[in-house]
Amino acid sequence: MSSLQLEPNFTDPDAFYAALADIHRDKTPAASEKINARLILLLANQVGDQAILEQALAIASEVDSEAQDDE
Amino acid sequence: MPISYVNPEYPYRHSPDQDAGEPVHHRVIIVGGGPAGMAAAMDLALQGIETVLLDDNNTVSIGSRAICIAKRTLEICDRYGCAQPMLEKGVTWHLGKVFFGEEQVYEFNLLPEEDHKVPAFINLQQYYMEEYMVKRCLQLPQIDMRWLHKVINVKTDDSGAEVTVHTSEGDYVLTCDYLLVADGANSHIRSALGLESKGQVFEDRFLIADIIMKADFPAERRFWFDAPFHPDQSTLLHKQADNVWRIDFQLGWDADPDEEKKLERIRPRIEAMLGKDREWELDWASVYTFRCRKLDSFIYHRVFFMGDSAHQVSPFGARGANGALQGVENLGWKLAAVLRGEAPSELLATYDVERQHGARENILNSTRSTDFMTPKNHITKVFRDSVLELSRHYPFARTLVNSGRLSKPCSYPFSMLNTEDSECFNGGVAPGSPCTDAPVAGGNGSGWLLNHIGTRFCLMLKGEFDPDAVTTLMRALNRDADTVALLCVNPEGKPPEEAVVIRDEKGVLSERYALDECAVYLIRPDQHVTARWRNLDPIAVTKAVQRALGADLMRESAA
Repeated sequence: MSSLQLEPNFTDPDAFYAALADIHRDKTPAASEKINARLILLLANQVGDQAILEQALAIASEVDSEAQDDE
Repeated sequence: MPISYVNPEYPYRHSPDQDAGEPVHHRVIIVGGGPAGMAAAMDLALQGIETVLLDDNNTVSIGSRAICIAKRTLEICDRYGCAQPMLEKGVTWHLGKVFFGEEQVYEFNLLPEEDHKVPAFINLQQYYMEEYMVKRCLQLPQIDMRWLHKVINVKTDDSGAEVTVHTSEGDYVLTCDYLLVADGANSHIRSALGLESKGQVFEDRFLIADIIMKADFPAERRFWFDAPFHPDQSTLLHKQADNVWRIDFQLGWDADPDEEKKLERIRPRIEAMLGKDREWELDWASVYTFRCRKLDSFIYHRVFFMGDSAHQVSPFGARGANGALQGVENLGWKLAAVLRGEAPSELLATYDVERQHGARENILNSTRSTDFMTPKNHITKVFRDSVLELSRHYPFARTLVNSGRLSKPCSYPFSMLNTEDSECFNGGVAPGSPCTDAPVAGGNGSGWLLNHIGTRFCLMLKGEFDPDAVTTLMRALNRDADTVALLCVNPEGKPPEEAVVIRDEKGVLSERYALDECAVYLIRPDQHVTARWRNLDPIAVTKAVQRALGADLMRESAA
């Protein structure tokens, strides 16, 4: 079974993070939320493989339930 | 003033220039006796160029300020002859730990390989670094250091510059061919010439609390995001010499800088961090904000800006003083070559080109670190915290954690001075890159490659070459001036007369430079590789030396 890549795989992690922060600069929370949703869908399509996507979904929700929700 | 260190006081001295009646001319005047100004004076002195160094004060840095000295800076200082006391006094470290809340999420080791003369980093208070630099400057007869000589006015055009200098005995005027300015982040000369350093101000304040403490914590860099003792903000702990520890607390933009500097405000912060039982004493405190900015051009007619007056970064990444010294080293040999008539003045413009690239790299890295540490809006804070949470369990996220990308030597791969590789090198040190150190035997006995190169161009040869052909080439290269030195690695047979011979007994040099059986490297006086070949072609070497000295720039500006 194919598995989710959890080892470093970015070609340029700092540049990616800076670009991610940039697209959210000066956006309202509602606009940011939409951007994130689109981004997830785009990247999910790139991944494609349902088994891998389910592993990612599981980790994302598991870490979230651990963390304090400050909303 | 810190209590662990007594600032030396250097005497004001009257200069004969003050009695001359009319302005005395010097080839090079340097303004500012900090790390950049003194480095420039030492670099030029080693090139045989006399300088006058003017400083408005009479001591070294007040307070510890810049404390992280990177490997490349130590290598540069070693060439200048002032690294040894820094290495002896400084605290060597290579381990960095990053915490989120109470947990360590990430750890990095800056020393991945052995066989280098100097460590990846040392921590040393800026006043010690400057004190050792002053000592070295005073040994060099080419440097005329003038404390308490304050430049109050500057004029420049394309033929030179003029400065008015204020002293307790009155004002006097000097003229020069080149004025090197290193008068700091708030450069008076920059403003006097109507120039603006442009960039970003960060709306955040940080408290430096240097404390004296006998602690058995290891000498490693510890960085906390959202520490339990300092919630929602970052904290940095770092060891310096004399049992002084740097603690850096992020305070936020609303903090009152005057209030936060008071011991009664600092004490509870430190007690929360270290516990109430620990004994310590406050050595020095400062509240600072920072900017990332630079001049559009570091050259204005005959004025050359260096260090913080030219480019300024946030402290995260230790790219301020470290970046400054790489810039100075870039300028020193070029200016010396132009003053000696070995190179056209067009060469000087490459200081701006190459160091704008260096400054952009430093600003980019320090801005990214700052943005990660201080998210600008809600969503970037959510991403930041998610990265930190994921990094506890998943290695991929650790590559995104940014508590400062520490200063690495800058390369100039696209420099007009380089000659592109035409032959195959599998690895090694590519044109534009700074030389990597390696252990060697023989030569001047130092045991390290970097102590054999620099200040002049260096032609490094490995393999079997006709000694007469090499001698003929070296004579041609050095016909007008002593431009290129010759370094032979493991020569077979009789080496050419003028060669310094080193032996690569451990094989590390051959491996790091991909020398194989036969290789030729041309290295600039600032220890950056500028060309390399598999075989010795005298015409190619001659052209590459001329190119590195700016011959092709002249052709282009004439076209």
